[in-house]
Amino acid sequence: MLKKLVIGAALALTPVAALASGAETHLETFDFSFKGAFGTYDQNQLQRGLQIYTESCAGCHGLKFVPLRTLADEGGPNLPADQVRAYAAENFSVYDAELDEDVPAKPVDHFPANTGAGAPDLSLMAKARKGGPDYIASLMIGYEEAPACAPEDFAGYYNTAFAAGGIPDECKDDHGASTVPGSWISMPPPLEDEQVEFADGHANDVHHMSQDIAAYLMWTAEPKMMDRKQVGFIGVLMLTILSVLLYLTNKRIWAPIKGRKNS
Amino acid sequence: MSGIPHDHYEPKTGGEKWLHSRLPIVGLLYDTIMIPTPKNLNWWWIWGIVLAFCLVLQIVTGIILAMHYTPHVDLAFASVEHIMRDVNGGYMLRYLHANGASLFFVAVYIHIFRGLFYGSYKAPREITWIVGMLIFLMMMGAGFMGYVLPWGQMSFWGATVITGLFGAIPFIGEALQTWLLGGPAVGNATLNRFFSLHYLLPFIIAALVIVHIWAFHTTGNNNPTGVDVRKGSKEEAKKDTLPFWPYFVIKDFLGLAMVLVVFWAIVGFLPNMLGEPDNYIEANPLVTPAHIVPEWYFLPFYAILRAFTAEVWVVQFTSFITGGIIDAKFFGVMAMFGAIAVMALAPWLDTSRVRSGVYRPMFKWWFALLVIDFFVLTWLGAKPAEEPYASFALIASAYWFGYFLVILPLLGVIEKPAAMPETIEDDFNAHYGKSDAGSTDAKAAE
Repeated sequence: MLKKLVIGAALALTPVAALASGAETHLETFDFSFKGAFGTYDQNQLQRGLQIYTESCAGCHGLKFVPLRTLADEGGPNLPADQVRAYAAENFSVYDAELDEDVPAKPVDHFPANTGAGAPDLSLMAKARKGGPDYIASLMIGYEEAPACAPEDFAGYYNTAFAAGGIPDECKDDHGASTVPGSWISMPPPLEDEQVEFADGHANDVHHMSQDIAAYLMWTAEPKMMDRKQVGFIGVLMLTILSVLLYLTNKRIWAPIKGRKNS
Repeated sequence: MSGIPHDHYEPKTGGEKWLHSRLPIVGLLYDTIMIPTPKNLNWWWIWGIVLAFCLVLQIVTGIILAMHYTPHVDLAFASVEHIMRDVNGGYMLRYLHANGASLFFVAVYIHIFRGLFYGSYKAPREITWIVGMLIFLMMMGAGFMGYVLPWGQMSFWGATVITGLFGAIPFIGEALQTWLLGGPAVGNATLNRFFSLHYLLPFIIAALVIVHIWAFHTTGNNNPTGVDVRKGSKEEAKKDTLPFWPYFVIKDFLGLAMVLVVFWAIVGFLPNMLGEPDNYIEANPLVTPAHIVPEWYFLPFYAILRAFTAEVWVVQFTSFITGGIIDAKFFGVMAMFGAIAVMALAPWLDTSRVRSGVYRPMFKWWFALLVIDFFVLTWLGAKPAEEPYASFALIASAYWFGYFLVILPLLGVIEKPAAMPETIEDDFNAHYGKSDAGSTDAKAAE
């Protein structure tokens, strides 16, 4: 339990610890389809991300706030209803209190919580870290050979994007500041080239898959983003029209009072 | 209701007369909406309407959010996600409510600084000012408690830090803090009472807003010149004023609509811009975030709170003469509340008889510096408590107090005011030519 808390703490502190300790991390920015005011999710990418999550992440990480049925959402992976049913039943089971046994999951259930390995829940990860999806993708490709200063047996895996992990004393200067970018994370590299086979034969190197999983986690964190942007767009348009009408009305009613303007 | 002479409501039909003699509610509404308003009001005067809108927005979205929210430490975070994912339009309700708080504070800060520049706090509007300051304090309370409700990491640790301030009060602090929290630490009892009070405060604010409006409808609005409306007769008053409806209602709505374009764009496209990522991590009493920051609208006062550390001589001196009763922590708390208290006392600290900053050549510069000071304090509040920020924060805090306690009293004595227009009408006509519109003017004003 204590170990779980410590790992949880380390992960939870990622964004702030970077500022506090002044540890440098290497964060890349990616050209995600959902960036910007008009950006939208790429359905195919979300489906690939779901596959990566299922085959690689789900072993340790839960998505407890995400209902399985939302996989059929138009603004999300948009899977057909029968596929969602099949996916839920094949991959997850939930405890049924009446039967007192685990039964296959149904679309009404959520992705299960998974805290077995002390891994944090990923439902909101893309909003819970500075940099969001860019950070997640950077973390996936941030694994590198440990720097020479580190002892062989130092716990964890060296990652240039991770700020909150341990740093061996050998890699710190006289003031205790780290001399290497990033830190040591307890999660082993989760992705490797060609680990996941996509049905459509899409590129499956770590670099591409990192972006797919980051996009998928952006969707789990912000499933209504597409709706929200549409509401935003319509609202801005309507309020702009209202502003113009009020401007003309205001001008008209004040005209006889003001006459011509002197200054 | 107004001290400015104007036409009152006259019931015409039998039904109107019947009602009016029993409950003059139509007359009250008529007098409120037709109140004579100085015709030279500029665009800084729209923020009152924006504030009224914010209060309604927060109450309406808040009531609906409360239908789906669960104030329990084990369920609160999940219930917010339920709102975001399952409730129809829930994500908009929540983002409108969260960003609505920010709009509320943007508006109130502009509104307050407008009052400070144009001397709206001066006689006879002291009550309006004091009630406004009370509303501001209540807003801060409501904002703080609302931020605790999602039960994220910043909610929990923000609540722990801020309620800890009450623990700094000598002798009774610890007991008071326990009483406020409903237990030895922030827990379920705290979350429940914060939810209850967060629901209550807006209605107290609404009541105070009515008093606020009542007060300035009695004295009449201030205006950019600070010159009083002529009150000798209706005809004289009409030269200086226009009825609130339609002239200022439409103008205020135009301002509000333009503000809302920006607000809606933020809600639609960048709803988490002003939030902390840490608040999307569920509260965990065993894990302290490395850097606890309050919401942006508390940052200026948070900077003042942290500025007075045990190294500052004023703090050391105070601690010495009080025998250690007032330590650095309590001094910081007093400074934070003091910063608002000196602002509330502005009507009695400002000795100048000229209301508007427009005609005060020296005041203008000190006021500009105060505005800059406010932004600097906001910036510093988000910085870690280390050098050089700590020294900057001390200087910026000192200026805040200096402005109200030294500069405002002194300026009134040493400053030579510039020439002012005789009447509001003169000021208005200096900007807008009457040309041939003389007769239409009089008609339009009726």
